[in-house]
Amino acid sequence: MRFKDSLITAAKSLSTNKLRSLLTMLGIVIGVAAVIGLMSVGRGASARVTSSFEQLGTNAIYIIPRSPSEMGGLAALVGGTPSLSLDDAEALANSDYLPSVAAVAPISESYSEVSWGGDSITTAIKGTTPDYTQVLNYHIASGQFISPRNIAHRDMVVVLGDKVVTDLFGDTEPVGQRVKIKGRRFTVIGVLEPKGGAFMGVSQDELVITPITTFQTRLFAQRTASGKRAVQTIVVQVADAQAIDRTIGEIEDVLRYCHRLSADEEDDFSVISQEQVVGMLKEVTGVFTILLGAIAGISLVVGGIGIMNIMLVSVTERTREIGLRKAVGARRRDILRQFLLEAALLSLAGSGIGVIGGFVISHLTSRMNIGGSAIMTVVSPDVVGIAVAVSVGIGLISGMYPAMRAARLNPIDALHYG
Amino acid sequence: MIKLENVTKVYQMGEIAVNALNGITLSVAKGEMLAIIGASGSGKSTLLNILGCLDKPTSGSYLFEGIDVGRLNDNQLAEMRNRKFGFVFQQFNLLPRATALYNVELPLVYSNVYHRRERAVEALEWVGLAGRANHKPTELSGGEQQRVAIARALVNNPSFILADEPTGNLDSKSTNDIMAVFQRLNREGRTVVIITHEADIASQAQRTIRLCDGRIADR
Repeated sequence: MRFKDSLITAAKSLSTNKLRSLLTMLGIVIGVAAVIGLMSVGRGASARVTSSFEQLGTNAIYIIPRSPSEMGGLAALVGGTPSLSLDDAEALANSDYLPSVAAVAPISESYSEVSWGGDSITTAIKGTTPDYTQVLNYHIASGQFISPRNIAHRDMVVVLGDKVVTDLFGDTEPVGQRVKIKGRRFTVIGVLEPKGGAFMGVSQDELVITPITTFQTRLFAQRTASGKRAVQTIVVQVADAQAIDRTIGEIEDVLRYCHRLSADEEDDFSVISQEQVVGMLKEVTGVFTILLGAIAGISLVVGGIGIMNIMLVSVTERTREIGLRKAVGARRRDILRQFLLEAALLSLAGSGIGVIGGFVISHLTSRMNIGGSAIMTVVSPDVVGIAVAVSVGIGLISGMYPAMRAARLNPIDALHYG
Repeated sequence: MIKLENVTKVYQMGEIAVNALNGITLSVAKGEMLAIIGASGSGKSTLLNILGCLDKPTSGSYLFEGIDVGRLNDNQLAEMRNRKFGFVFQQFNLLPRATALYNVELPLVYSNVYHRRERAVEALEWVGLAGRANHKPTELSGGEQQRVAIARALVNNPSFILADEPTGNLDSKSTNDIMAVFQRLNREGRTVVIITHEADIASQAQRTIRLCDGRIADR
């Protein structure tokens, strides 16, 4: 029997039972659509993490506290015991030992209510230094950014993110106005240009910046174990991307010296390049994506069981037909191939519809909004390919047993069946 | 030319062994029309199945045109069924959802020949059903269905036509039609073996053998 004839025979017998064929396919349709849809969300999250970090700044190195008990970079990202201080940031900025460092921004952050007139909003308050704009790629829209003088005098001044301005001031010009944070009045000296986008779901334009010294003394005092005023993070910008790895080592040396760590003591901080952070987050979102895919994959397996079930029924139902085909010269492998092709066609057609379904799910999801920011979805061709291949594979595996049963039927028994 | 030598067939039904054939020795000459009669359970269907390579004998030898059928594997038996034999069944055994034409074409699908459609149309013409080519079996009378089945049996131009109670489900007029078709097949030089339990069907054959308890009874 020619392959083409097997294919036509299989397609014909599927089309004579259209409703059943469709219902049988449904498991695979749902499975493939779920795999593609869910994995597009996972891939979207991953793409978003990458682009978030690219927006943050270039050639950045992050220094975060780490107590020896809290191992792993991610635990430290969430925040540990403060071990970094403003002195560390100054040391990094002024060290001759660090030729590639272009800018250093110590950052401390907390959430608080900010009010003006009768309105108030809750937003991130960040204490930092003038280098912040350079390191994190912000630009001033009007007024000015905090100056070294503001730092030295612990001035009660703030610079507002674009979203804070819109939410709090509407059309009023904010520069020169006074806002209230934790019961103290701060003069608005500048407004940032909108940066757009969100970092890990938080808008990058929703922030209030104040001098780090003001933040430490007047808003949120926090001290390191050795009694210095703590900063939560230090972000360092390196002039040349080539120098990042070398600079990481140098920063570690400088900080170990500053912290007076002896040779057998572990670092009480972590120095991570932006790439490493992106890499870690990509790993996490990758695991998340695979997990989503695996959950969806279960429905593919269920779909495969559906195919096997219906194929078994179909073989029993068509016992006489199989007997007749054998009587007129069909070999075992002809029968085997016909039923395997039926299973393969079912799963192929099912996954075809499923791919369309997956695109629809992905599209609809990307139009949903959670917490004010759109969910990003990315349908990757490799996911589509794998989903289709796996479902056809599952179809073939599911069809194998029924097809073997059909092929093994004794023609005489089959002819007189029923 | 078919030669059976002391053929037996034992079916194992659970723990009981059923001797369906108890040593059959039989020759069927080319161009012959042979009727096999016998009560139900006498082994006549088993004999036909063995003749048609649908089943293998438990012991004894079966030579078909000099080929030892007992030595053939499954694929070779399938090819024998496809090329050398045409089967006609009591229940017609047509594919219910396919047209008459496709039913006739079916054996050709398994023999990789060209001009399948033309050959199927020709076979349908031969049984006088060219006008019904696109009808489904359910739209045909019993006699017509059996003629489609005969067209299917002869489409691959086999030398043997094996019929198992071909008129068992037909009225007397259709029975006469079908028997006339078998006579015509035989006149064209094909060997026809018909199983029947009707004496007047058997009487149309040149030779009749009677089976009884798996043995050939007296002539």
